[in-house]
Amino acid sequence: MSVGAFLTRRRGRCGPDVSDVLTYAYLAVGVIVMFGPVAWLVLSSFKTPAGLVEFPPSLLPMAPLTAEVEGYDRPLPLYDVTLPDGTTARLAQVRRVGLEAQMVDPDDPGEVLRVPVADRTEVRSLQFRFENYTEPLQRFNFLTYLKNSVFVTVTATLITLVVNSMAAFALAKYRFRGRNAVFLVILGTLMIPLSVVLVPVYLVIMQVGWVNNLWGVIIPGAATPTGVFLLRQYMLTIPDELMDAARMDGASEWRIYWQVVLPLAAPALAVLAIFSVMWRWNDFLWPLIVLTRSEYFTLQVGLNAFQGELNVQWHYVLAMTVLTLLPITLVFSFLQRFITTGVASTGVKG
Amino acid sequence: MEPSAASRGLGTLLGRAAEAVYAFVMGLLGLVVEPLQRLLGVRRMPWVFLLPNLSIFGLFVLFPVFLNLYVSLTGGTQLFPQDRPFVGLANYERLFDCGSYADPNSCVEDRFWRAVRNTTTFVVFQVGGMVLVSLVTAVVLNRRIRFRSFFRSVYFYPVLLSPVVVALIWKWILQRDGALNALLIGVGLEPVNFLLDGRWAMTWVIVVSVWAHMGFYTLILLAGLQSIPAELYDAAAIDGADGWRTFRSVTLPLLMPTMMVVLVLALIRAVQTFDEVYVLTGGGPGTATMMIVQYIYQTGFATQVQRFGLAAAASVLLGLVLLVATLVQLRVGRRTEGHLA
Repeated sequence: MSVGAFLTRRRGRCGPDVSDVLTYAYLAVGVIVMFGPVAWLVLSSFKTPAGLVEFPPSLLPMAPLTAEVEGYDRPLPLYDVTLPDGTTARLAQVRRVGLEAQMVDPDDPGEVLRVPVADRTEVRSLQFRFENYTEPLQRFNFLTYLKNSVFVTVTATLITLVVNSMAAFALAKYRFRGRNAVFLVILGTLMIPLSVVLVPVYLVIMQVGWVNNLWGVIIPGAATPTGVFLLRQYMLTIPDELMDAARMDGASEWRIYWQVVLPLAAPALAVLAIFSVMWRWNDFLWPLIVLTRSEYFTLQVGLNAFQGELNVQWHYVLAMTVLTLLPITLVFSFLQRFITTGVASTGVKG
Repeated sequence: MEPSAASRGLGTLLGRAAEAVYAFVMGLLGLVVEPLQRLLGVRRMPWVFLLPNLSIFGLFVLFPVFLNLYVSLTGGTQLFPQDRPFVGLANYERLFDCGSYADPNSCVEDRFWRAVRNTTTFVVFQVGGMVLVSLVTAVVLNRRIRFRSFFRSVYFYPVLLSPVVVALIWKWILQRDGALNALLIGVGLEPVNFLLDGRWAMTWVIVVSVWAHMGFYTLILLAGLQSIPAELYDAAAIDGADGWRTFRSVTLPLLMPTMMVVLVLALIRAVQTFDEVYVLTGGGPGTATMMIVQYIYQTGFATQVQRFGLAAAASVLLGLVLLVATLVQLRVGRRTEGHLA
């Protein structure tokens, strides 16, 4: 079986052959390469700080087992110890002195045994450290970041839907002078990404007084040419007769827009809503510029600031990273087919 | 699974509530819009519908383009454009003030030229690598395989992750005591401090970027592959063409338009790379992975002295590069009438 056949064959004729094996090998490697790093992040996020600096690292979040022993303030680590008579016992270590460890039986803490270090092995078990998730929410500003992110994402998506569907409605359902010009101008702005106009947009935001204000993050991106285009193309397929009938019944143009056309455009609105949620939740550069005070940070900006500190607290950083990717992952796992076909047919990047 | 009666009841209840909220909000907005219709007449209503969108566009996209040009011609450190002295082309002269363009050290704005050089390296290898990997993946996904939509989703998943998340995932893997070095030691190699070595850092920045975005281009190429009519393959088979020949003379030529679109889209995005690289390496070590957008960001916003004029001049130049790329895309798009918007 040549490489060429591998490249073009679409139907297996009889049973699996070399090219099928290669195909599935490629796909298997793909699953590991694409999901592996994310899985590693999730597993690591449950490790203790001590477990994170372990090298080489263990795959699963293993941590030393400890036990509360009467007479000692802190939980003591447990060890399996081979005693001089050949039996093994599970003992708790009080302290280590050179090559000797002072150990006690957790059930009988009165007597301290002296055990050579070589005769004992640490007892480890699978332990998920959920404090990695709860502590940063309490001790640091992450709850505020989360609130800001949710507010920005929800508000911006709602505004995006209304503002763009109104414009799309005008461009799809009316004939008026200047319509094509407006449409061209809107499409033309596709060519002007934010990275090109950072300075002037910031100056405008400054004049409006929206620096360190979530509205400064929400509004500039609310009118997206992609959104107008997507909705307009869809609304073109809605028959005009429906509007005429509503007009006959004395409905205002605004009523026609929200009671007749918008409900029929729901599929396109759903696509735009999903894109908008992803753009806004993941947005980084613009919030980084507009928001400089930490009480206004979104999750992305806050996470970046937190990981940039001198002593990176990886156990918190990893957990907060998981928290940040969770909503998008949930949306994707429920709507994956919808999203992938939406992307393939519109060429819009999620 | 059948939803229980209770959850279905809850569903309808939520649906009704959402409808009520929708009707309330739209009715409220109607209180503003409907009087306008009486005032202006139906014929002017399209402009009312366009107004919110066009004012946002105007204020935050169109006006800034011109403001950008003006700011790039001013100097000083004042914030408001009206306070800034007009300096003509001085900012551009400063950007281009070089002993030799091949050597960033000989330039007054050496950081700008380093950023240009890094971005060029990044664009060439990232776009090249991505198109190649995406093409192979799309071809594999286009074969008759089980669980196609699952595998398609696997490659697409990282596209949806935020750049900050992508960078942190990889920073955790690539750091000195990270998983990758553990693997290297496991197979008997020397560990490398990947993010603190200039060449390695650039390599990984490119790899991570391909990892994060290839799913998007795979999806587009897959759609392109699937639009090639099956009859052409049958005809080639009847003519006795072998696999490689069919790929070269049927698949590739028919996929070319999609390939061109993918190439230009990837190029436009690669030139603007910022977030992932910034979080992963901070542009470092030193300036080894500093890209052009990071230069603009740092010159304008992240230093004590905010040199807006210089940042604006650099972004005007970036805009020109993107304009050329977009014009190429429009030409290609018109020629092919592809499935892309």
